[in-house]
Amino acid sequence: MRTPDFDIYKDLLRERSGLFLTPDKSALLEARLSPVARKWGFESLEAMTAALKENPDPHLIIRIVEAMATPDSSFFRDGRPFDYFRETILPRLMDSRKKERALNIWCAAAASGQEPYSLALILKELEEGPLAGWEIRILATDISTETLQQAGQGVYSQFEMQRGLPIRFLLNHFTQEGEKWRLHDDIRRMVEYRYFNLLDSMTDMGKFDAVFCRNVLTLFEDTRKKDVLERLALQIEPGGFLALGTSENADTLPGLFTPCPGQPGLYIRS
Amino acid sequence: MTKTCLIVDDSRVVRKVARRIVEDLGFACEEAENGKLALESCEKSMPSAVLLDWNMPVMDGIEFLRRLRDMKEGKSPAVIFCTVENTAGRVRQALEAGASEYIMKPFDGEIIQSKFRLAGLIE
Ligand SMILES: C[S@@+](CC[C@H](N)C(=O)[O-])C[C@H]1O[C@@H](n2cnc3c(N)ncnc32)[C@H](O)[C@@H]1O
Repeated sequence: MRTPDFDIYKDLLRERSGLFLTPDKSALLEARLSPVARKWGFESLEAMTAALKENPDPHLIIRIVEAMATPDSSFFRDGRPFDYFRETILPRLMDSRKKERALNIWCAAAASGQEPYSLALILKELEEGPLAGWEIRILATDISTETLQQAGQGVYSQFEMQRGLPIRFLLNHFTQEGEKWRLHDDIRRMVEYRYFNLLDSMTDMGKFDAVFCRNVLTLFEDTRKKDVLERLALQIEPGGFLALGTSENADTLPGLFTPCPGQPGLYIRS
Repeated sequence: MTKTCLIVDDSRVVRKVARRIVEDLGFACEEAENGKLALESCEKSMPSAVLLDWNMPVMDGIEFLRRLRDMKEGKSPAVIFCTVENTAGRVRQALEAGASEYIMKPFDGEIIQSKFRLAGLIE
């Protein structure tokens, strides 16, 4: 792709979704956007670029942003963060919220739903025990409506089912439908899906006891990342939990987030 | 002590592929091409893990597992099925017989690693 064309997409994506494209992503950009151009009836990617310059159709822009979102995920991704949440964070939250008996959890880049459903599976197991009678809310948001729709159905391929999901969960909470597996409604309904762009104002989102914002900020510029984390901090109760990806950190904001010892990417809201 | 894994599959190719993946996870591997030979191997030396096919001649995986769990030290190894059998009924049968985890073929390195982690075999 020619540099001026590349720059059009680079600016657009940086502004719309925070995605920061380095020049080495030119081939990726072409691979992802060519199908969009075809679908929209353009003769070529160049033709779509020219049209965008001329008259930036907001619907087309949404599709471009979605095409560049990378919704890869897996159940209990990386294992440890979810163990830590269950074993260490949850008991603390249950203690601090024992009067209200309510937990508010937000997955802020939920992709195809494995992350919020992993949390739902953990919480479901406690529903008959220590969490009996608690009001549990899991809000799952993403910028890609296409991905959200898929997440809401709770249907996964055999391949997706094998990455990170303990087999007893497959047996107890999914039903086989041909080549796919469908999550049972009782778990599916524990998660509420909604469109939300992390660049937008969060002040109406309410306060959360735990926020999972994993493997998305890594794609943002440092200043952007810091801005999102600062605004996220305002939505997390003091003593609440923040989970980033295991290769991400909030070290630029020591006053807002205290690292959980030995747990990369996990923080307590100061 | 090095951890050991017994790889049980009637296909030499599958054993070879699996072995390379499991060795990369830090295990010393033994191989067996059916349940009977696998039991003999366990009698000689009980492994930390067994990666187990279901359908094999002479003795199949589920029969091997039941007999293994009846052996003196036979409760200790984590047993991970790795099979084309992919129905919930089969999974239930395997867990009831004492399987620790279950892989539906085809598999790759990431899936084996993920399942070994779930079975508590690696960090
Ligand atoms: C790699 S996935 C991470 C999924 C999950 N959190 C995990 O760790 O497995 C990244 C997700 O972030 C979403 N995303 C990208 N930019 C976003 C933004 N500005 N606001 C909200 N979500 C965004 C993408 O659509 C994609 O689904």
